Amino acid sequence: MSTLEIKDLHVSVATDDGAKEILKGVDLTIRAGETHAIMGPNGSGKSTLAYAIAGHPKYEVTSGEVTLDGEDVLAMTVDERARAGLFLAMQYPVEVPGVSTSNFLRAAATAVRGEAPKLRTWVKEVKGAMNDLDIDPDFAERNVNEGFSGGEKKRHEVLQLALLKPKIAVLDETDSGLDVDALRVVSEGVNRFRAGGDTGVLLITHYTRILQHITPDVVHVFAGGRIVESGGPELADELEKTGYVRFAGSAADSAVAEAAV
Amino acid sequence: MTLPNTAPEVAGLAPELAGAKKGQGESPIASASERFTSYDVEAFEVPGGREENWRFTPLRRLHGLHDGSATFEGTATIDVAAPEGVTVETVGRDDARIGEGGVPADRVAAAAWSTFREATLVTLDGTPAPVTVTVTGPGAGATAAGHLQLRTTPHTEATVVVEYRGSGVLADNLEVVLGDGSRLTLVVTGEWADDAVHVGAQHMSIGRDAVLRATSVALGGDLVRISPTVKYRGPGGDAELAGLGFADAGQHLEQRLLVDHAVPHCTSNVVYKNALQSTKGLTAHTVWIGDVLIRAAAENTRTFELNRNLVLTEHARADSVPNLEIETGEIAGAGHASATGRFDDEQLFYLQSRGIPEDVARRLVVRGFFGEILSRITLPELRERLEAAIEAELAVIGV
Ligand SMILES: Nc1ncnc2c1ncn2[C@@H]1O[C@H](COP(=O)(O)OP(=O)(O)O)[C@@H](O)[C@H]1O
Ligand SMILES: [Mg+2]
Repeated sequence: MSTLEIKDLHVSVATDDGAKEILKGVDLTIRAGETHAIMGPNGSGKSTLAYAIAGHPKYEVTSGEVTLDGEDVLAMTVDERARAGLFLAMQYPVEVPGVSTSNFLRAAATAVRGEAPKLRTWVKEVKGAMNDLDIDPDFAERNVNEGFSGGEKKRHEVLQLALLKPKIAVLDETDSGLDVDALRVVSEGVNRFRAGGDTGVLLITHYTRILQHITPDVVHVFAGGRIVESGGPELADELEKTGYVRFAGSAADSAVAEAAV
Repeated sequence: MTLPNTAPEVAGLAPELAGAKKGQGESPIASASERFTSYDVEAFEVPGGREENWRFTPLRRLHGLHDGSATFEGTATIDVAAPEGVTVETVGRDDARIGEGGVPADRVAAAAWSTFREATLVTLDGTPAPVTVTVTGPGAGATAAGHLQLRTTPHTEATVVVEYRGSGVLADNLEVVLGDGSRLTLVVTGEWADDAVHVGAQHMSIGRDAVLRATSVALGGDLVRISPTVKYRGPGGDAELAGLGFADAGQHLEQRLLVDHAVPHCTSNVVYKNALQSTKGLTAHTVWIGDVLIRAAAENTRTFELNRNLVLTEHARADSVPNLEIETGEIAGAGHASATGRFDDEQLFYLQSRGIPEDVARRLVVRGFFGEILSRITLPELRERLEAAIEAELAVIGV
């Protein structure tokens, strides 16, 4: 039973006009077996939260805590966090020229599992996982994310989720840019992952669409760099009807109100 | 500027003169088909640095190879372990075979040609075992001129490794003369000491239906500038030139290729990859010039050239100039591509976010990048040694 605990997290980014605070006190606890959805308007800081958990160097934690099973995540390097059991499916996966997808997947599995997977079972495992996600086997020999369409990149993120089996997965807008069929395939992949073990999921999304496929236990509304309301799945239904306008008022940053429409 | 019309070997207008005359060293030059060549160093103007074929090279680091002040008092030793089917000779410049590969096209190559006292000539016949030729620099502070010719008899199939190593300054010409129907796998490595300066011209002459598979590996040295030229003597010739370079802090690696298609039904394929990394703010610099010329007579030519550069750190500069000139409409295929990519913080973050430690991430990227070139080296010990040398270069940045 793993638990990711985020307490009063404040995060800034460096801008030309000095440091700009984006997260303004985030509190959130995710336990294995739970799926939390974070919904919020563009620019409210959802990706910043995801990157801060993963340890992206551009995002500076100015105060607060992040722990995984009591271990101080903020003291870990990016790769240590992943090996500790955190995973971030990125909103914009990065192209890595020169590195084939198959070499990349194997290096990642070797690092996370602590030993190189046995070649024979590994090949089968990757093939099976690719097949589950309708990924053409040819992708294994292509460079990581290079020339992948938006939807292909998202599938590739979920493929890694399936192979790396983290304790806690953060999925940042894995649904955006997907057509109906791709959304179903990707959602099924996430649901397989959820069913496969004691894992927690933090599902960041802008739209309620994906929540019809992946039922959350808790829905949080994110605005102005904070969680402004939490509730059950019915909160998502309300957002579907009324949008984010009601919550924008409680946000410190008035720009959010404009972004919310 | 005056044209050197006294030299009997003059083959055309020197582009470096054309460039200098207009005072526009930065602008594209006259066609590669008009490239000036001569065996005589005095036929070339002393480059000033703005000429098209010198504009990327830091002349003050050439130790006078280009301006006549180099004394060439040193000696670069050439060692050949010759198995059966391989003849090694030391010959003078009057040997009729010298020059069959080609004619110098820049002042340093001509200086080496005008200076060398004896040439090593390696003839390969039949199907000999792989041959290793070691060229050792003259030692720190010394300057040498060298000359080496590799030649295959008709229908020979051979593998030759030419290893450059050591210290000092070397200007040389390497002639590769392939007999009709022969096949040569050639690996040229530059594993120089940090101080070394090497300016080399390679003259590849491909016989009818002959096949050249060349791979060049540039790792060490302060300044290494290699200019391979490929010419075909008859139809059916096939040349593949692959190369990799790893430029470190303060290093200048330059590759200037010309594939001159003047004969029908020949093939060329060029693929060069360079990685660059700097430390202590010292710039790493690579230059790749890829000229492919398809002359009017060269119908049914097939050619492709590719250059890729991978910038691993700040303070690195990769210049890449592909140039395809086509003088006939009857070609089988022609293309070129060039791209420089950066291994940046976002890529590193992505790989690390999957648990991969930073040093492994960097190795993964560089190994993947060079894999295509190194896999062409079929001698396992050599390939492993070069792979290890590349990993050692990576260790320098302390990841
Ligand atoms: N590197 C950065 N430099 C400057 N501003 C940034 C940077 N990253 C994010 N921001 C700003 O922080 C806010 C939150 O961004 P983000 O976390 O991407 O929001 P979301 O994912 O909710 O759309 C936005 O106003 C965005 O412009
Ligand atoms: Mg976002």
